[in-house]
Amino acid sequence: MNFPLPSLVAVSAANPWTYVLFAVIGFAFGYTLEMSGFGDSRKLAAQFYFTELTVLKVMFTAIVVAMVLLFGAVGLGLLDFSQVWVNPTYLASGIVGGLIMGVGFIVGGFCPTTSLASASTGKIDGMMFMLGGFVGAFLFGETEQYFTQWYNNAGYFGRVTLDQVFGIPLGAVVVLVVFMALFMFWGAEQLERIFGKKDLSKEPKLRPVGAMLLAAAAFAVFFIGSPSLEDKYNKLTFTRTETIEQLNADPITETKIYTADEMLSNRLVFITPAEAFKAKYNQSMNPVYLDVRSETDYNLYHIEDAVNVPAERMTEVIPVLLTEPPANTVYILMSNDEAAAVQAWKTLVASSVPNVYILEGGVNNWIAFFGNDDKALQPDPNAGDDQLGFVFPAALGSRYESCSPNPIEYESLEFEAKIKLQLKRDKSGGGCG
Amino acid sequence: MTTQTRKTIFNRPEKPYVHPYIGGIVLGVVLFLAFFLTGNGLGSSGATSRIDALIVDSISPAHVDNNPYLLKMAGGDKNPLDDWIVPVFFGALFGGFSSGFFNGRLKFMTTKGPNISNRTRWLMSFLGGVIFLYGARMARGCTSGQALSGGATLSAGSWVVMFAIFGGAYGLAYFVRKLWN
Repeated sequence: MNFPLPSLVAVSAANPWTYVLFAVIGFAFGYTLEMSGFGDSRKLAAQFYFTELTVLKVMFTAIVVAMVLLFGAVGLGLLDFSQVWVNPTYLASGIVGGLIMGVGFIVGGFCPTTSLASASTGKIDGMMFMLGGFVGAFLFGETEQYFTQWYNNAGYFGRVTLDQVFGIPLGAVVVLVVFMALFMFWGAEQLERIFGKKDLSKEPKLRPVGAMLLAAAAFAVFFIGSPSLEDKYNKLTFTRTETIEQLNADPITETKIYTADEMLSNRLVFITPAEAFKAKYNQSMNPVYLDVRSETDYNLYHIEDAVNVPAERMTEVIPVLLTEPPANTVYILMSNDEAAAVQAWKTLVASSVPNVYILEGGVNNWIAFFGNDDKALQPDPNAGDDQLGFVFPAALGSRYESCSPNPIEYESLEFEAKIKLQLKRDKSGGGCG
Repeated sequence: MTTQTRKTIFNRPEKPYVHPYIGGIVLGVVLFLAFFLTGNGLGSSGATSRIDALIVDSISPAHVDNNPYLLKMAGGDKNPLDDWIVPVFFGALFGGFSSGFFNGRLKFMTTKGPNISNRTRWLMSFLGGVIFLYGARMARGCTSGQALSGGATLSAGSWVVMFAIFGGAYGLAYFVRKLWN
């Protein structure tokens, strides 16, 4: 079983119990906040006068506990991190919005979720904060259009995690964050002793044990590391529904689950040149042609709009493929024949890039299909495996006629459609947004 | 904080709050389970703007169609409440209520600093709510959606937002100390 469960990643009317699950999560969230004392604005505001640092203690304990469990589960291969919502980085709107939130925090004495815990237990100031919140969110919706460029683009870096920023392994960041939190807890207690006149001797004696357990768990996450691409590839499954025609009865639809290798051996991810070409004119999808050959071959001949990503650069573009494009993007990989494209396919699907297909027979087959009456292109009898099977008079790139076949001339093309568009949840819909 | 019994709604004895580290551990496990099962973290401010969008959409659907921000949530026949964050929001309200009920903390009262009136406190919390949610929508998430959830997934942007929130609050704390001390 792979987590997160695909049927749970978003609420959907098709699965009404997803509403129940999210409501249960919310219930536990609200319950925990209230029992920690976050329904009382004095406890929250005290954080900023150093008299009681409950906010910092609860928040950072929660962050480090969730972080250690999360990356532990990722390292053990139980959880697919690429399916976990990671807030995209917008530096400018994040900093300005964060500062504004800080002002609201100290003036109002709550943050949005703690105001829910407060209002629901009868605190009138909590209700007023909630009410104000509706006005504030409304005002943002009304004014966003005046700075929409800045809001959507300034300091935008997409899905970036701290390990990428500092260039160190993820496990090392987990260890560092845990030690930073432990240091902050120690500092917070000293501040409470000095400013809040708190008697630390009455605090639970088990705290150092908890701190050691947490540090040990962080080191465990560090040593487990991240699962290899190969492990991820072997765990992949693909679902296909197949219709079997019956002679004297209604057709039967069957749902089959294939492994990645079965998808290749059953040729379910290979699409004909006709289908690859027609995808361009299909309103429901957004095809991206990835040409994984060397730059030399690409310059000699490539189909129109194809992007050259030589195999050795594939890993660099994966983060972009995971975050940037719209959800209906279909990647069509091509090499001269199929070998290099199959390798690239394995890397991409193991990295959880959705909707990846391979051009059947590669560029050679494309030329044979669309360019067989082009006298300038002559078959090369000496071509080896996965090499260009034609001789080119010049490196014209995509300026041969067959690079962009005429959509009118090829209006009716027969093919068996292999592309099954899989709409993963819209990433922009995650998080608080 | 007092542990003595006070009269509350339903007359349940008021119990003390749990220790912050225990509260944090439970909250951390809840947050992890949310990520583990659904791939989403925790949040609430998104629900506020979705409820707003619903209200605007029912009063003036044409206005929604002219406003790109609202359009994403409530354009056409989209139901702005059809999002995971909405059941989380209402669940959190009910969860807070339940904890208040079981721990004897359901009580109509105003939590405030000793030197301001109830009215000042109400006005300030309303104003704080306006400011906070404006900032939360700008930063694409509040203390829950950004600091807590993004902090746990090690999102670079969320850590920046978290420090900005604390920076803003600490920066202003001295000037509004009359409100709390």
